Amino acid sequence: MNDAPETCDVLVIGGGNAALCAAITAAEAGASVLILEAAPKAYRGGNSRHTRNFRCMHHGPLGPLIEDYTEEEYLADLMKVTGGRTDDRLARLAIRTSEECLPWMEAHGVRFQPSLSGTLSLARTNAFFLGGGKSLVNAYYRTAQRLGVRVLYEANVTHLTLEDRQVTRVAYSHDGQDKAVAPRSVVVAAGGFQADTDWLARAWGPAAKNFLIRGTPYNRGVVLADLLEQGVDQVGDPTQCHAVAIDGRAPKFDGGIVTRLDCVPFSIVVNKNAERFYDEGEDVWPKRYAIWGRLVAEEPDQVGYVIIDAKSLELFMPSVFPPIAAQSIEELAQKMGLPPAKLRTTVDDFNAACGDTSAFHPTELDGVATTGLTPPKTNWARPITEPPFYGYSLRTGVTFTYLGLKINERAQCSIGGTPMQNLWAAGETMAGSILGQGYLAGFGMTIGTVFGRIAGKEAASHAN
Amino acid sequence: MQTDFLGEARRQAEICNACRYCEGYCAVFPALHRERAFSDGDLTQLANLCHNCRGCYYACQYTAPHEFDLNLPRALAEVRQESWKRHAWPNGFAGVFDRSGLLIAVGLVVGFALLFSLARGLRPEEGEGFYAVMSHGMMVAIFAPAFVLPLLALAASLRSYWREVGGGPLRLRDLLAATRSAGRMRNLEGGHGDGCNFEDEGRFTHARRHLHQAVLYGFLLCFASTASGTILHYVFGMEAPYGLFSLPKLLGVPGGILLSIGTAGLAWLKTRADRDLSAPAAWGGEMAFVLLLFTVGSSGLLLYAATGTGHVGWLLPLHLGAVLTFFVLTPYSKMAHGFYRMTALTREAAARDGGQV
Repeated sequence: MNDAPETCDVLVIGGGNAALCAAITAAEAGASVLILEAAPKAYRGGNSRHTRNFRCMHHGPLGPLIEDYTEEEYLADLMKVTGGRTDDRLARLAIRTSEECLPWMEAHGVRFQPSLSGTLSLARTNAFFLGGGKSLVNAYYRTAQRLGVRVLYEANVTHLTLEDRQVTRVAYSHDGQDKAVAPRSVVVAAGGFQADTDWLARAWGPAAKNFLIRGTPYNRGVVLADLLEQGVDQVGDPTQCHAVAIDGRAPKFDGGIVTRLDCVPFSIVVNKNAERFYDEGEDVWPKRYAIWGRLVAEEPDQVGYVIIDAKSLELFMPSVFPPIAAQSIEELAQKMGLPPAKLRTTVDDFNAACGDTSAFHPTELDGVATTGLTPPKTNWARPITEPPFYGYSLRTGVTFTYLGLKINERAQCSIGGTPMQNLWAAGETMAGSILGQGYLAGFGMTIGTVFGRIAGKEAASHAN
Repeated sequence: MQTDFLGEARRQAEICNACRYCEGYCAVFPALHRERAFSDGDLTQLANLCHNCRGCYYACQYTAPHEFDLNLPRALAEVRQESWKRHAWPNGFAGVFDRSGLLIAVGLVVGFALLFSLARGLRPEEGEGFYAVMSHGMMVAIFAPAFVLPLLALAASLRSYWREVGGGPLRLRDLLAATRSAGRMRNLEGGHGDGCNFEDEGRFTHARRHLHQAVLYGFLLCFASTASGTILHYVFGMEAPYGLFSLPKLLGVPGGILLSIGTAGLAWLKTRADRDLSAPAAWGGEMAFVLLLFTVGSSGLLLYAATGTGHVGWLLPLHLGAVLTFFVLTPYSKMAHGFYRMTALTREAAARDGGQV
């Protein structure tokens, strides 16, 4: 091991959106910046490589965004999903700053595109990256490189030495060697801990072993755990996370956007005993998809099965894997490993509870509901009668965890409520400071961009 | 062994259709997102819309080492190459695509030798400029069929293509839309207007677009030059050689310069780009074709520069040999892509229009 650790003004731990915003901001302020990214180059960018948009406040059209999206409306949307579990000051700071972020992103190489087909409902609130999150990450790495930021891939941070509320040394392994750096300032932007399924299991119980991780396998929470063990202030509930119900055939890691399934509102969803367990038609899918991750997690073996018939097949975005198809409910049950007789009964009971379906409207709350059924289906309740029948398995897909580092409005970490001298945090690793529960599409990128830039600026000014 | 290129392209298109992040890059993605299932004709059409700019590949979260292993530019390049062979007319010539590099080289040598010996053996008794080397009648006898017959073959191929991709009645406005798109090479602008990252993953440039435009417009100018010469000859009885301030020269000289610069530049870009993002087996033939066009342009310029010198004696057969090879191989070489591309853009304009009604 090298006895005299190398130095730099600002060390950024992590290589996704928040890390890059911090690194670029610090480098533009004249700091020498080193990025330690755990992933290899091909997988750089953490969960940001899977993202697609940025939720942005704006007055009048801005970039690809139409009309207005005010602070109050944005905050109200956030309050709705978090059930009020948010830090009002930090939330408002993120929302207010988002407007100036969009031009900043463009100036640093990010390119936007109009709302994607199938996502028109977001045209006013969410700015979509042309090419998605990986192209954003690529653009930021290009910009960072131009600014002289040094990047080490496959550099795993193992320990931060804290002395008197100050980080004095950061140990990491790279190229099979143990190394260390003594930076003036440190920004942690290394994501949540969701890829460490043991940690998830400690919070969720053994059920967590059946969860799929939608994003990077490199967010194992090593730095987070190291800092929390040393008494750095934490925020958030370890069981809270952004989790959705995704195609059960998705890969264990990195399945990303394509594994989502949008067919639940037109279906019945049963557990492995072929029993329904929740109102599939509670609300339009974009407002409900985030709760189904939890619903499925609470069923036996953490699995659900969506059943639709021929008339609903084209009402939702195409799935990445074709559905399982059969000419009868019994055959479908067999193919999906469900008890055929029981599924037959469940479907028959559901069909019998359906009434007049003439008001059916796939994109609006149509009030086409079941009567006398428990649980009810309160919209889009059409009998499942028309072969072929189709099925998908559903599993819980975790995007990121909310347990993280508590920060203040300067993105500073603290110990016992007293700010640390040279440690800042940005992105998913501190998102629990704002998201107590629930999730709002595109808000993760807002938090990362806003607090990444704040952290970069503060870290650079401390170093100088 | 026959590789299932259509099957592979279908697998990839289905993943793309569930993602849609690349919608704004080019014409391929909005067309892809209109479908739910992909027939062979759909995939063939998507393949011929793709300009191989690679913006989508470098932005893709699912490229190797990810298990989905997406490489859409390559998958579509393979389907494209295969579709040209499938539609080749007469179909017995389909194999020429696989050997077009070799045949271009052979064609050059044979064409040169043929024209050189014809020029030697049947040297005209009179005539000015290059007509002193080869008579006008001789040139017409060789080049009229060499020009017309390949165009007829190509027309048969495009008709067959149009049927496969489900094209309806040909409409002028679709043709105009396609011409506007091809004229600007809108699909090489990258969607954001910064260009593409064909030759360098890390940077967007207009290099490929501008060089390709140089080739396109250079080629059209050269063609116009020849056409104007034909008109001057037959309609106005004005025979070559023409002076610098004549229509054939005013069109041909800038055309030759653009064609030479454009092809040299494209060949250079091609050496820098990742071969795995296109059909690797077609690389040699494509490169040979670009160099053939370079030979056509530069030998034409040299020929003009050599007017009145003894070099005309070998430069003329070289130039004409290159042109002859180019003409004859047009339906079975990379040159076919321009015609298929125009057809695909026309089909897309109609489909886009239809989608809005």
